[in-house]
Amino acid sequence: MEKKQTEAGKNVITDEIMEYVGILAKLELSVEEKQAAKKDMERILDYVGKLNQLDTSGVEPMSDIFSVSNVFREDQVEHKDGAEDALANAPKRRGQAFVVPRTVDL
Amino acid sequence: MKLLSLTAVELGKKIKARQVTAEEAVREALCAIEQKEAQVHSFVTVDQEGAIKRAREVQKGIANGSLTSPLAGVPVAIKDNLCTQGMLTTCGSNMLHNFIPTYTAQAVRNLERAGAVILGKTNMDEFAMGSTTETSAFGATKNPWNLDHVPGGSSGGSCAAVAAEEVPYALGSDTGGSIRQPSAFCGVTGLKPTYGTVSRYGLIAYGSSLDQVGPIAKDVTDCAAVLEVLASHDQKDSTSMKREDTDFTAALKDDVRGMRIGIPRDYLGDGLEDDVKTAVLAAADALKQQGAMVEQFDLRLVEYAIPAYYVIAAAEASSNLERYDGVKYGYRAQDDQGLHQMYKKTRSQGFGAEVKRRIMLGSFVLSSGYYDAYYLKALRTKALIKQAFDEAFEKYDLILGPVAPAPAPKLGESLCDPLKMYLGDIYTVSVNLAGLPAISVPCGVDAKGLPIGLQLIGDCFQEKKIIQAAYAYQQIRRYQRSPLAQRGEII
Repeated sequence: MEKKQTEAGKNVITDEIMEYVGILAKLELSVEEKQAAKKDMERILDYVGKLNQLDTSGVEPMSDIFSVSNVFREDQVEHKDGAEDALANAPKRRGQAFVVPRTVDL
Repeated sequence: MKLLSLTAVELGKKIKARQVTAEEAVREALCAIEQKEAQVHSFVTVDQEGAIKRAREVQKGIANGSLTSPLAGVPVAIKDNLCTQGMLTTCGSNMLHNFIPTYTAQAVRNLERAGAVILGKTNMDEFAMGSTTETSAFGATKNPWNLDHVPGGSSGGSCAAVAAEEVPYALGSDTGGSIRQPSAFCGVTGLKPTYGTVSRYGLIAYGSSLDQVGPIAKDVTDCAAVLEVLASHDQKDSTSMKREDTDFTAALKDDVRGMRIGIPRDYLGDGLEDDVKTAVLAAADALKQQGAMVEQFDLRLVEYAIPAYYVIAAAEASSNLERYDGVKYGYRAQDDQGLHQMYKKTRSQGFGAEVKRRIMLGSFVLSSGYYDAYYLKALRTKALIKQAFDEAFEKYDLILGPVAPAPAPKLGESLCDPLKMYLGDIYTVSVNLAGLPAISVPCGVDAKGLPIGLQLIGDCFQEKKIIQAAYAYQQIRRYQRSPLAQRGEII
């Protein structure tokens, strides 16, 4: 999905992009919210575009500062059975299960 | 209100010496909360009964010699994004308005082991996203120095509670300045440790590669004592570091002779208010007079820190916040149109505007077609920023600068322009990108009487250097109490 730019190089977020991002983010915005979000995103992306002034060729993306490798530990059970405590937070439960809207049509 | 004008360590000493009981300290704090909450609104939850019960238990531990920490019996407030078993933990969001964790964050457990008494949970920007504590779903916190102003954020509740003397110290978390900036705005001391020093187990994730838990208190002595308790290697957090040098209170020495301190020129440039600049440079001068070597230098890439930060933080947030779907806990929208509709409605109704904005931005920068241009670009920039700090720390023991470009804004002035609010984070976010430790200490007030913060940044694992310099500075400039703290005594 291509985002567009104005002649002045400003970002233009299309309705299609907003729709797509909404699906990814699992958010359903109202018409007003969508308009506001579009404008915010355009402004923020214009600002973030500053990064393009910086030459990063040959630089490895850094996610971990301390170049952490895999951290392993013994797989030992340390918790007691917390099912009842966890289920106590359920928005909807039946017995030992979380109830959700129907997911499969039979 | 005598006990609450003490520092945590001073109060701990009195409790240890049997001059005061833990219960008396807790009762006085609860009384202060009752008097001041209507004005300051630092807390989301106050656990009155639990705190008194716990204080009695702790008192027994002190009496039988099993609790010997300097913090034993001292009340504490916890930012509401740290899980506390059996105690409401909202993260400032409607999404978690009814969430009761089934376990306690490791940082909080470490405090409990030392005999801390938890009073309650403090207000914060929703999911720690914000710089004012106004994005909380439970109402804004006010600044104890001037109730028309924000306390900063996102740990605004914790900082306001300390400044208002509702509690001697509190825990906060810092993803892009969320301990340091509100500490500066509220005139208290806040320390963000090196990434990996304090376990993130049970800290509700925002930007996992940036988040750190840290102490907020009246002075650096308290911060060092609390950090000593907080720091631990934790197998439950795979980014937790094994450190041997966590005797932070050993660094409380009034000596900065020969210490090399660099002030980035770009930290004093456009956008910095004059009052802030004057106060920060005066603090630098004070350290110089004590024998430190202070000079200005060029820290590269300062202007790229905010755009890189907001891309990375939003990306991680969009991923971390995917878990809020209304299935197992928290808010669930009423819906009978199927699972996906329920997810969408739950999230759209449960999250506030700023959280949604960052989730949208994060989803966008991680989406195929934009991932390289935005997300990887930001991670490359982060590598260069880290390099720039590495070079600086070859020359200097510490980097000194302001915490924020201006003191606390008025309530209601910030949220209408998110980008402008983000720009206020210019001096704090790069510290998180590079994983560095940094402290905010009060260094003056502006013309309106609002506090100004001085930031001292150290290289990774060099908390002791910033603690030592901050301690030396606080021997010159003592803690100043907020008007609200003092007003408590008149009542």
